[in-house]
Amino acid sequence: MDPTLSCPLAWYGEGGKTVRGMSYLPASLDKVLERPETEVLVRARGLTKEFGGFTAVDGIDFDLYRGEAFGFLGPNGAGKSSTMRMIGCVSPPTSGELSILGRDPVRDGSAIRARLGVVPQEDTLDVELTVRENLLVYGRYFGLPRRVIRDRTAALLEFVQLADRAGDKVEPLSGGLKRRLTIARSLVNEPEILILDEPTTGLDPQARHVVWDRLFRLKQRGVTLILTTHYMDEAEQLCDRLVVMDHGRFAAEGSPRDLIARYCSPEVLELRFDPEVQDAAADKLKDFPAERTEALADRILLYVPDGDAALAAVRASGLEPLTSLVRRGTLEDVFLRLTGRRLED
Amino acid sequence: MAALSRGDYPPGPPRLPPGGLPPGDPPALGGLRSPQTPLTVRAFRCWLTVYRRIWRSSIWSSVLGPVCYLGALGFGLGTLIDRHSPASLGGVSYLAFVAPAILASGAMNTATAEASFPVFGSIKWNRIYIGAQASPLRPADIFRGHLMFMLMRLAMNCAFVVLVMWAFGAVESAWVVLAWPAAVLTGLAFAAPVAAWAVTVKVETSFAYMFRFAVMPLMLFSGTFFPLSQLPAGLRALAYATPLWHGVALCRAFSLGTAAQDPAGMLGHAAYLAVLAAAGIWAGARTYRRRLYV
Repeated sequence: MDPTLSCPLAWYGEGGKTVRGMSYLPASLDKVLERPETEVLVRARGLTKEFGGFTAVDGIDFDLYRGEAFGFLGPNGAGKSSTMRMIGCVSPPTSGELSILGRDPVRDGSAIRARLGVVPQEDTLDVELTVRENLLVYGRYFGLPRRVIRDRTAALLEFVQLADRAGDKVEPLSGGLKRRLTIARSLVNEPEILILDEPTTGLDPQARHVVWDRLFRLKQRGVTLILTTHYMDEAEQLCDRLVVMDHGRFAAEGSPRDLIARYCSPEVLELRFDPEVQDAAADKLKDFPAERTEALADRILLYVPDGDAALAAVRASGLEPLTSLVRRGTLEDVFLRLTGRRLED
Repeated sequence: MAALSRGDYPPGPPRLPPGGLPPGDPPALGGLRSPQTPLTVRAFRCWLTVYRRIWRSSIWSSVLGPVCYLGALGFGLGTLIDRHSPASLGGVSYLAFVAPAILASGAMNTATAEASFPVFGSIKWNRIYIGAQASPLRPADIFRGHLMFMLMRLAMNCAFVVLVMWAFGAVESAWVVLAWPAAVLTGLAFAAPVAAWAVTVKVETSFAYMFRFAVMPLMLFSGTFFPLSQLPAGLRALAYATPLWHGVALCRAFSLGTAAQDPAGMLGHAAYLAVLAAAGIWAGARTYRRRLYV
């Protein structure tokens, strides 16, 4: 395959022909091809946020490009939400540079926010108003005429599959429906950038999948998505590019696939032992020829090129796990490696 | 290679240029957007939408309060007091004496009620401020928009009380039409500083203290139910310094028609209240900013 036509994550059309990439590329070329649109929407240099003596965001640098889905991945307290609030122009940076849509968020916050959509971590819907009224109130903040809001409300409620609930009060709606309404509301001003702070936290798996599906459609329509999450599968599903954040800094940066390739083996063998022999088994497996082993509270992970071969080798060495699982390396493993190591240090 | 298939990444067609959402959007013609609507007014309109849901019940309580007070104090207690026709009332009936004070203290009550829990709740409960903050509205717009709504509620409630006063025959002069803006000003002198403070409040029990140790004593000792001349000199000086006394004095002078006898005094009262309101408006823009832009 011609390597210049390959791209790891996105499909780009050329004259009706879809080019699909499957192969690895050198990191630099890979990066260029990942973002054909090179307009920088958000640019940060040495971005820092302190609260009293506590440094929530510690001098991070990044560029976000138009049309991409960018994820901030990290545990609670890693500085994700603080970063999002700074990008949302509701939290002035303590130091460093930040420019959003080419403007200064401190001076032009109002004008920038007019072009942003924000899905906050906790819903800020007025639960005593109806679904439709929530969109009306919000649209009016943006100075939109009622008629425009009415038309957009119909389209947006259709989009998030809430059209039949338009006249209902928000209060009795389930968490998943409220979340979808929040997403619809955040789109009422046709934002160029949609900021989502943990968009599916607290939702049941089915509701999460609906939200992902809608976000993916937005991405396809060219909306730039910036999201935080501590769900690895969410990041893998939605993000073209992501950073792993820990203690206010970036621990790693790249596409999900890139990160997995860089920080994880192709396959992972998960072994579960009787709790009484788990420690002994972990000891014994320390010398096993794996790229890395990780002993968690309830299971042992072996990072290997070939999971089935490794399992056979484990059995041959006289260890018999209660259960075993061979799977692909995921962002979860990347995260464990990056932050787990750090915590041990 | 095989281990890292891209099968888990959802496939999709080529990206469309931005701006294609949602389907069926009207084109953004010039004039469709109305950026000329001031941000403060946009914040105010939100409160109108919210108020539309509760206006009936709120109007009932606005009318019922003054009717009860005027009935109990003006007629009940008033007949008892008028029997002795005390000189300190200045030769008017107790009903005429107490009615403008009920107007002014009612304005204080409306103001402190509207500027306390609703402001606190807009951060902690229904989070209206937090939602509004993500829009072009700035903290100062959110503050002024909410204050504008409080002003509207004050204007409504005070107008009702003036009408009730008039219906009860508690009005001595046509100057009472000026008692209405005087009462609204009194309310604003409370609403602006209280809202500026309420946005910084972390626990709601603070409001219980405010009502118990500030609003209640002011209502009792500001020349409302009895003339200040009945108080010992030290307490009297303290009462003169409080905002409600100025509001009561202003409303009473208009309701009794005695304002023209002391125009300088009237200006003094109005200036005191205006300074307090202005200080609150100035402070609110700052406290809101500090609270919302963390």
